[in-house]
Amino acid sequence: MVSGVILLTLILGVLLGPLVWTLPIDEIDFSARLQGPSWEHPLGTDDLGQDLLARILYGGRISLAVGFAAMLVAVVVGVVVGALAGMSGPRGDAALMWVTDLFLALPQLPLLLLIIYLFRDSLKEVVGPEVGVFILIVAVIGGFRWMPVARLVRAQFLSLREKEFVEAARALGASRTRLVVRHILPNALGPVIVAATIDVAAAILAESTLSFLGLGFPPDIPTWGRLLFDAKDHLDFSPHWALFPGLAIFLTVLSINYVGDGLRDALDPRRVQ
Amino acid sequence: MANYLLRRLLIAIPSLLGISVILFVVLALAPGDPFGELTTNPAIPPEVRANLRASLGLDDPIHLRYISWLTAMMKGDWGYSFVSRIPVDQLILQRLPTTLAVIGISQIVALAIALPVGVYAATRPYSIFDQVANTLAFVGFSLPTFFTGLVFILIFSITLDWLPFVYRTGIDASGWRWWWEQFRQSIMPIMVLGLFQGATWTRFVRSAVLDVIRLDYVTTARSKGLTEGTVTMKHVVRNAMIPVVTLVALQMPAVFGGAIVTEQIFRVPGIGSLLITSILANDTPVIMAVTFVFAALVIFFNLLADILYGWLDPRISYS
Repeated sequence: MVSGVILLTLILGVLLGPLVWTLPIDEIDFSARLQGPSWEHPLGTDDLGQDLLARILYGGRISLAVGFAAMLVAVVVGVVVGALAGMSGPRGDAALMWVTDLFLALPQLPLLLLIIYLFRDSLKEVVGPEVGVFILIVAVIGGFRWMPVARLVRAQFLSLREKEFVEAARALGASRTRLVVRHILPNALGPVIVAATIDVAAAILAESTLSFLGLGFPPDIPTWGRLLFDAKDHLDFSPHWALFPGLAIFLTVLSINYVGDGLRDALDPRRVQ
Repeated sequence: MANYLLRRLLIAIPSLLGISVILFVVLALAPGDPFGELTTNPAIPPEVRANLRASLGLDDPIHLRYISWLTAMMKGDWGYSFVSRIPVDQLILQRLPTTLAVIGISQIVALAIALPVGVYAATRPYSIFDQVANTLAFVGFSLPTFFTGLVFILIFSITLDWLPFVYRTGIDASGWRWWWEQFRQSIMPIMVLGLFQGATWTRFVRSAVLDVIRLDYVTTARSKGLTEGTVTMKHVVRNAMIPVVTLVALQMPAVFGGAIVTEQIFRVPGIGSLLITSILANDTPVIMAVTFVFAALVIFFNLLADILYGWLDPRISYS
């Protein structure tokens, strides 16, 4: 409950915050470099005198957008693969699950870095730096996180497709597609929702990690990870610069994880007290 | 046993091949010729460039290129670093021990936290200890390693001035003094990784033990008059470890990801920081090789988990 409220506050904060706190994110003011929190700059300023509150609110939009978009990619791919594996015969099932296991064994962070390094420049030329990097990061993070969803969906399909209500629907002459979309899939969604929630947190962490390593969004876009990356060389004089974006990531991930845990308890029929 | 090992090894080969295909496809789809630095260098005359392309096999059909790339990787011919002009395998061998040491010790730390805490919490579910442990575990795995690392530096290096925050390879000391310095500079990266993994594993251990402890055979063991300690240690924990081993093996990619970040923060000279520096320097052969080494390590640890699995669960026959 508490975590839901915190999460909602964070989401509303980054969505509506920039309307209330209207300082620009990139106004350079050398007279106010590396200042701690004050009334003028509630979270202080960075080495160019840019207001940190405004930058954190802006970065939050990107982090959350990446998190939700990557989750959608992961869930869509996972549901499609899982459903295909669950509905096809033993051969197709085995092949798809082998691919799933293979992806689970991939070293994700090195591959993420490799793909972004190889494709960043060419995608930038096609659709512009911000959109290009956004699409790339979302696709790659989502592309490496669909496996748990696929396994869950497959397991659900294998048990659901033998149930009486599915047989009844089949006896009524429902087509295969209709069976899957109208009858099996809705019943398989419970665990998927839980996994999807956790995926949002994992995607936010992945994006922040990339930005923290200096390989995410372009430097002029202040994502939370990027703020930490910029702040890490100034830890001794202005710890606030690193602490506030770090806390923002932590709070977001923690509350999403708690919400996911609560959903799991609520949706799990085998729960024992 | 040897048979079982051999079979597991044979199963690992297709995975390694699959990963190498994925790596190669990524590379082949990439714009330009990431490996052919020389072939796009404008200072080289076009006919020499064409010859170079032919000798590197860049114009061959894709499956031939894959095979020649794979055989080169197998033979240990990993090419030369664009930046430092020394063979890639030497570069990696120099740095691999550091990474393995940091990861290995941090995993031991993680296990030393997760096993006792998880088992103790599960034997007293919903007690105060359980709730505190659960909350801390949640906090622990929601804290990204790069943030804990910075906070550690802030507390222990800058505020308290106890520990150095830059890892040095050449420590000018010997004997105990050397070990002490080594300990002081390694403790922060190890703890950052260890605490993060420990938090994740505590939850795994707790839920696995909780699943087992309700089973009938545990009640039987208790009713035979065994002490609670014997029941937990001998009957519960061993069976509970089976799913934990699987989950831990599935966590290996995340562990290596964490290692890359920590090496970067504390400037530990391992293959993780090598990866980042070579990406920033566009050093493609090194990037490819390090990624491949990480993949091989993940497969290796999965293999290890399989073997451990066979030992923990006698129902899995070795033959």
